[in-house]
Amino acid sequence: MKITDVTIKEHGLTIDEYRRIVDSLGREPNLLELGIFSVMWSEHCSYKSSRRHLRNFPTTGPHVLQGPGENAGIVDIGDGLAVAFKMESHNHPSFIEPYQGAATGVGGILRDIFTMGARPIASLNSLRFGSPENKKTAFLVEGVVAGIAGYGNCIGVPTVGGEVYFNPSYNGNCLVNVMTAGLMKKDRIFRGNASGIGNPVIYAGSRTGRDGIHGAVMASDVFGEGGEERRPTVQVGDPFAEKLLLEACLELFKTDFVVGIQDMGAAGLTSSSVEMAARAHTGLELHIDLVPRREDGMTAYECMLSESQERMLMVVRKGTEEEVRKIFRKWDLEAEVVGTVIEGGNIRIMERGEVAGDIPVKFLTDDAPVYDRPIKRPLAQDELNTLDLKKIGLPHNYNETLIAILSSLNVASKEWIYSQYDYMVRTDTVVCPGSDAAVVKIKGTNKAIALTVDCNSRYCYLDPRKGGAIAVAEAARNLVASGARPIALTDCLNFGNPERPEVMWQLTEAIHGIKDACIALGIPVIGGNVSLYNETSGVSVYPTPTIGMVGIIDDLKTHTTQWFKGAGDVVALIGETKPGLGGTEYLSVVHGLERGDPPDIDLSAEKAAEEACLKAAMECIILSAHDLSEGGLAVALAESAFNPRGSIGADIDYDAKGLRADEGLFAETQSRILVTVREKDVARLKAICKDSGAPLSVIGKTGGERLKIGSFIDVPVNELKEAWAGALGRYLAAHAAR
Amino acid sequence: MKFGIVVFPGSNCDHDCYHAIKHVFKKDAGYIWHKDTSLKGYDCVILPGGFSYGDYLRTGAIASSSPVMNEVVGFAKKGGLVLGICNGFQILTEAGLLPGALMRNRGLKFICKHVPVRVDNNSTPFTAKYGKNEVVDIPIAHADGNYFADAETTKRLEGSGRIAFRYSTAAGAVTDEANPNGALLNIAGIVSEGGNVLGMMPHPERASEPELGSVGGRGVFESIISALS
Repeated sequence: MKITDVTIKEHGLTIDEYRRIVDSLGREPNLLELGIFSVMWSEHCSYKSSRRHLRNFPTTGPHVLQGPGENAGIVDIGDGLAVAFKMESHNHPSFIEPYQGAATGVGGILRDIFTMGARPIASLNSLRFGSPENKKTAFLVEGVVAGIAGYGNCIGVPTVGGEVYFNPSYNGNCLVNVMTAGLMKKDRIFRGNASGIGNPVIYAGSRTGRDGIHGAVMASDVFGEGGEERRPTVQVGDPFAEKLLLEACLELFKTDFVVGIQDMGAAGLTSSSVEMAARAHTGLELHIDLVPRREDGMTAYECMLSESQERMLMVVRKGTEEEVRKIFRKWDLEAEVVGTVIEGGNIRIMERGEVAGDIPVKFLTDDAPVYDRPIKRPLAQDELNTLDLKKIGLPHNYNETLIAILSSLNVASKEWIYSQYDYMVRTDTVVCPGSDAAVVKIKGTNKAIALTVDCNSRYCYLDPRKGGAIAVAEAARNLVASGARPIALTDCLNFGNPERPEVMWQLTEAIHGIKDACIALGIPVIGGNVSLYNETSGVSVYPTPTIGMVGIIDDLKTHTTQWFKGAGDVVALIGETKPGLGGTEYLSVVHGLERGDPPDIDLSAEKAAEEACLKAAMECIILSAHDLSEGGLAVALAESAFNPRGSIGADIDYDAKGLRADEGLFAETQSRILVTVREKDVARLKAICKDSGAPLSVIGKTGGERLKIGSFIDVPVNELKEAWAGALGRYLAAHAAR
Repeated sequence: MKFGIVVFPGSNCDHDCYHAIKHVFKKDAGYIWHKDTSLKGYDCVILPGGFSYGDYLRTGAIASSSPVMNEVVGFAKKGGLVLGICNGFQILTEAGLLPGALMRNRGLKFICKHVPVRVDNNSTPFTAKYGKNEVVDIPIAHADGNYFADAETTKRLEGSGRIAFRYSTAAGAVTDEANPNGALLNIAGIVSEGGNVLGMMPHPERASEPELGSVGGRGVFESIISALS
């Protein structure tokens, strides 16, 4: 078949990129080879727009066993154990077909974790939907949540936490970011290496079908009207097949048969074989006729580009093939030898005894284009950052204002969502969804890990550098407020079309911010994912660099939750409230504005506040700790009062200290943590904060059935809770998928 | 005394049950592969929760015809103690060891939460360590827990004290508001006619360690251990 300009365009390649392929090969590629180039050079697989900027991240640290470049990063948690974790996006498929898009997103990230040799122990997700008024929003929420639940529950990995936001910028492009952490022995790490010339290549798991062909290319393009017509590029998940694959792989990992293994995710057999060969500087010969298929008549092109789910590619020691097959057969799965590791560094595809395609691996990986795309700060940014507070009137009734913020879908309880996830299976979940971070104990030790996902994309829209730094700082603060020491993070960078200089500005600024915070707080990036082209009909999503972070709790009994524990305890605030309402939830909900300067982030103040909180937690004097985020102090107090075992009020002696009342109550000043301690421990808390250089103010006492904040707020906690707890369910009931 | 935990393809709570028996209650436990054809050496068989065979036909339907189920039926007929939790309960009804069926929750969604459960009959080998009408907190996590049986069957169950657990309020009132899934008579768990087979939707293995937020499920395991001692 002759390659025409139309064929090239249909493969998502530019004419320049095609010329580059011809120059490299010294000839025209055939259609199969073009297909392979197109997926390997897609934004999704090659990171061609972001790669040069990602190099700035710190990726090493005392805990890091595996940094970026593998299927997942790995950290050492002591006791001979390690935790592998990573976050990935499944945005485009989820918008097209929410149930299967989200479900296969979960399936993909789980495989990334168990392919490293780890048993998945916890999943989280970060979801972004359009405005509640948008007619598609409720449908997407229902579908995405059902998809995550359907897959995660069935495979038996608890979904322990997450975040959900609504904003019109996601109307045409929802975001579904999923993160999984897995537990392993630190000396049993498996990597995606195709080493050992002559070793057999084994394909295991589900058969290959015609689904998902060109998913990676789709995920590297913007949507126009009619994006739903791309439904055939979305794969269909089979969590039961994945459960079998998981158990079979973990059984296999107890042997010494495996040389290298990688899951077939985006770009399926192509990316798994190419990446494994690239890491080992070897070549692979694949006999495409041997690939198990769902239907007859599939071409080599379709087999190489299919994104059928629940498949693994592995290289095993020569001579162990039959033993390996036996393990998969026990789990009712197929495992077939489909190729061999060869010398010469080429990926060679054989079909019916003839060479159907032959490409040097280096051309597909090292020689993939890397773009230094133009960067330009948007002209409207200055105007966007202006906010004249003098023109913003003060609320007349602060009780009503607080209720309005608590019932806004961004702040409201997410129980409607997480009650559909099995967050308790594996019997390790010590802190369930709803507190600052999930806490998952590690059986056989006194330890636990804490996990969180965070990003305030409104801040990132207003100032991507600050927003990126704040995402890291807030994730760390959520861990610290749970009693954990942050050790590493994974990121999922969701942005618009990188061919727009303004989007590149957002991306590079956010990366700078993340990097600054990582360095200041000493938290390395051990893996991640970039999702670009999140744009529909010319509208980009808000820049959304989601941070997934893991921390360690050395002694489980020092973990904390956000809820008040009893009456008569002292409420104190670590950190200081500063003026400014730019980018706040209050400004959006009450005044309908998304503008101004988002809160500043002083990373040394952040470090001090976190140090103080963590030290106090480790000394077991903290009864509750809650990071202040959307909605500021007033919302944090209300959320702390909503103890699931029974609400507990508080009486706060509020002093605005020269701030406007709405600033004092609702400002989102960073580096603040609300804590409660027993009266007798106040002096000790003060001393700890002084040592760390963190400001501390004692602001009130817990108890009673009302939340009182100075002369501004006085309302029964149950009334607040009613507004907060039921908002999402009421919204979805009223907008049920029609 | 030895507990056997059956592993079907898709069982998820097999490790959790093993952990509870072995490390929380310090008793001997072993896994039984679903293709095994002997239960020799086991004193109590647990069918754990999960999604056996992906729940792709009806929940529990395919697992109920696994080779090991012939043995489980025989074991139960001889009076052996069989505990089915969640998917295990569904398998027991499909295998005919317990009457009725577990339908889709009335809200049509999966529900994961701690719920109060009332012990209606504390004279079974699975509940003897509880007080009569004691209310305990045991989590549920299922999409198909809506117990159904014909009127004659439910009447018989109720009349002969075979309803072991019911969803109730924290104060022990069996009300519709306290019913999370629409189960007839708020049924959360029933025993066989001989009293030696218990099926329950709540997960006692998830409520056996204080750090998990509740120890309301301990009584089930403590009762079995006491019955076997």
